[in-house]
Amino acid sequence: MTLDRVKRGQFIKITAIPDDMVRAQAIRFGIAVGEVVSCEEVVPAGPIVICKNKQQLALGRGLARQIGVAPA
Amino acid sequence: MAHCHGPIGLKNIPAGAKKIVLAGNPNTGKSVFFNHFTGMYVDVSNYPGTTLEISHGRFGEDVIIDTPGVYGISSFNDEESIARDIILSADVVVNVVDAVHLERDLFLTQQVIDAGIPVVVALNMMDEAEKQGLKIDVDLLGDLLGVPVVPTVAVKKKGIDDIKNQIASARAGNMIKELKPMLDRLLNRVGSQGEALLVLEGDQVVAGRHGLQPGNCREEIYLKRRERVNDIVRHVLKESAGGSSFGSLLGRWMIKPLTGIPILAVALYAMYQVIGVFIAGTVVGLTEETIMLEKYEPAVRGLVGLVIPGESTLGTILTGEFGLLTMTVTYVLGLLMPLVIGFYFFLSLFEDSGYLPRIATLVDRLLTGIGLNGRGVIPLILGFGCVTMATITTRLLNTDRERRIAILLLGLTIPCSAQMGVIAGMLAGLGGWYAALYALVIFTVLVITGTVLNTILPGKSSDLLIDLPPLRLPRLDNVLKKTGTKSYNFLKEAFPLFALGALIISVFQVTGVLEFLQNLLAPLTVGWLKLPKEAATAFIMGIVRRDFGAAGLTDMALAPDQTVAALITITLFVPCIASILILFKERSKKEAALIWASSWVAAFLIGGIVSRLYGAFGGDGDRGILRIILTFTGVAAATILACRLARRGKAEGWQSR
Repeated sequence: MTLDRVKRGQFIKITAIPDDMVRAQAIRFGIAVGEVVSCEEVVPAGPIVICKNKQQLALGRGLARQIGVAPA
Repeated sequence: MAHCHGPIGLKNIPAGAKKIVLAGNPNTGKSVFFNHFTGMYVDVSNYPGTTLEISHGRFGEDVIIDTPGVYGISSFNDEESIARDIILSADVVVNVVDAVHLERDLFLTQQVIDAGIPVVVALNMMDEAEKQGLKIDVDLLGDLLGVPVVPTVAVKKKGIDDIKNQIASARAGNMIKELKPMLDRLLNRVGSQGEALLVLEGDQVVAGRHGLQPGNCREEIYLKRRERVNDIVRHVLKESAGGSSFGSLLGRWMIKPLTGIPILAVALYAMYQVIGVFIAGTVVGLTEETIMLEKYEPAVRGLVGLVIPGESTLGTILTGEFGLLTMTVTYVLGLLMPLVIGFYFFLSLFEDSGYLPRIATLVDRLLTGIGLNGRGVIPLILGFGCVTMATITTRLLNTDRERRIAILLLGLTIPCSAQMGVIAGMLAGLGGWYAALYALVIFTVLVITGTVLNTILPGKSSDLLIDLPPLRLPRLDNVLKKTGTKSYNFLKEAFPLFALGALIISVFQVTGVLEFLQNLLAPLTVGWLKLPKEAATAFIMGIVRRDFGAAGLTDMALAPDQTVAALITITLFVPCIASILILFKERSKKEAALIWASSWVAAFLIGGIVSRLYGAFGGDGDRGILRIILTFTGVAAATILACRLARRGKAEGWQSR
């Protein structure tokens, strides 16, 4: 499954981030592969907002489509 | 200027002074610390070779330097590169950490520790952490990091003195153990642990400085650091469940279209009421009319007239229609200053409250259509303040493609606050229909240009990845201070350019060149746009400053449709001299020249079309306007459709290859 299919309120585990730069940035934000995050909000046709602890991050739809996740 | 590598090249740093650098993630309150440390004596200077402003000030015998907020040090963007160089050259780093976001913020802390630089951690916003049910074992955190940690609430001045006292006991902390052997191998080649670390982490710029190949251990080191930080946080943080506050609820509403669009509309309406109606009308009426035109200008004319006759060449240049001492001063202080202050006030409010990244999230979908992502809304909004400054901030966009699109849109379609003030004033006199026509034409031009660019430019724009900080009630003193600094810097930059513009126009006037140019442009102004020939003066002035151009139209007797056509033309017309200079600095000469030339063509083309359509539709007021609006909307819709088909065709062609 990819991140753009996730529903609001769902908890998910990040399984793959293909892009090098995005992966490095994600590690800084504390959202590395293997981390469990919650889906805070899905803007219709727009970005997905994920949340880990108090940290919220908005990811564009195109990016979310590339990120592999599994239900946690 | 030769770039002396590593150390910072800021002015006024005395030899022998220790460099204390404030570092931290965005929105952690660094600027509040900076103000507490330095008091009044602050130097704001451009970082050498860039236009990013870096503040530094004296702290006793030493110097304290602020840095842009970053999540880590590397070369992911320009702000980061600058923060990296300043931090690497530091004698002591005061690392401001947001207690609510320990996991995120400690990544930078650990990176600075791994760089071997002495650190003191200011654990800020302790009150907010407590409110959210977070308990942090400060002593244990200090032990684990190996550096002094001081709990603070900077906005309430809590812990500031402790931090000042602890600077002397700053020390290099506990670095990640596995890094030691890796760094030691590099150390004798690059001379500093910090630079060695960045070479290992694959920083191309730092590696290049030492003639080394960038390392390929970034991911490995980042993951180790992340692991260590998470481990530290697990030990020091205790969380008791806190309910979702009104702030987090409002934050959620702001990014959902159903609630977010009305909230944005209300915010923009409030902005329009304050800047467009109150400041542009009431305040400017007082500052420009009553103070400058009625009191100041006659006084200056009288004073100068004692020495230099008003009708002489010098007299005209100094106190004539476009006089250096009359019009320049009146425009800058009477008209521009109130508008600019109003605009920066709102911008600082948006920035400090955490609303800006939420607007970016809300509009992301729309902006991907014109080849930008949600982040692109920041330079576009800033453009309504000052296009020049916004052009510089396009650096925060990720790809060159996005920068190119944003810069062209800024130069072409976004009127700056000064120009907006004048335009709003003129449109207000014409009524709603004409104002709607103006706004819609400019908006469709933006949509069409962006959509076409997104289709024809090669490559792909990047996706949104943005941190949503918690919503906060902005601190008024901080907002005012920001507004003050930004407005002052803007005026400092605008004044000489304005004076130059006035000088050029005056010289043209005295020598008769102005009349010559008016006649030269007559086929365009009179023949094509159907404006009086004097309108050419407004356009010539518009080359110098956009608002100058718009202001030049206010004194002319124009019919409503002429006014709108002229305003549309002057809005789309070339950006001001300052923007052009920045444009040539930021982009290649060829591209800058192309942008400049195309804005001439676009301005006269669209302005003329509006004026002709008005004639063709019988010129009967509201109905004619509605038809023009429908025509432009139709063209925009057709363009979007055509571009979609073209893109799909391109994608399929790609797949079948």
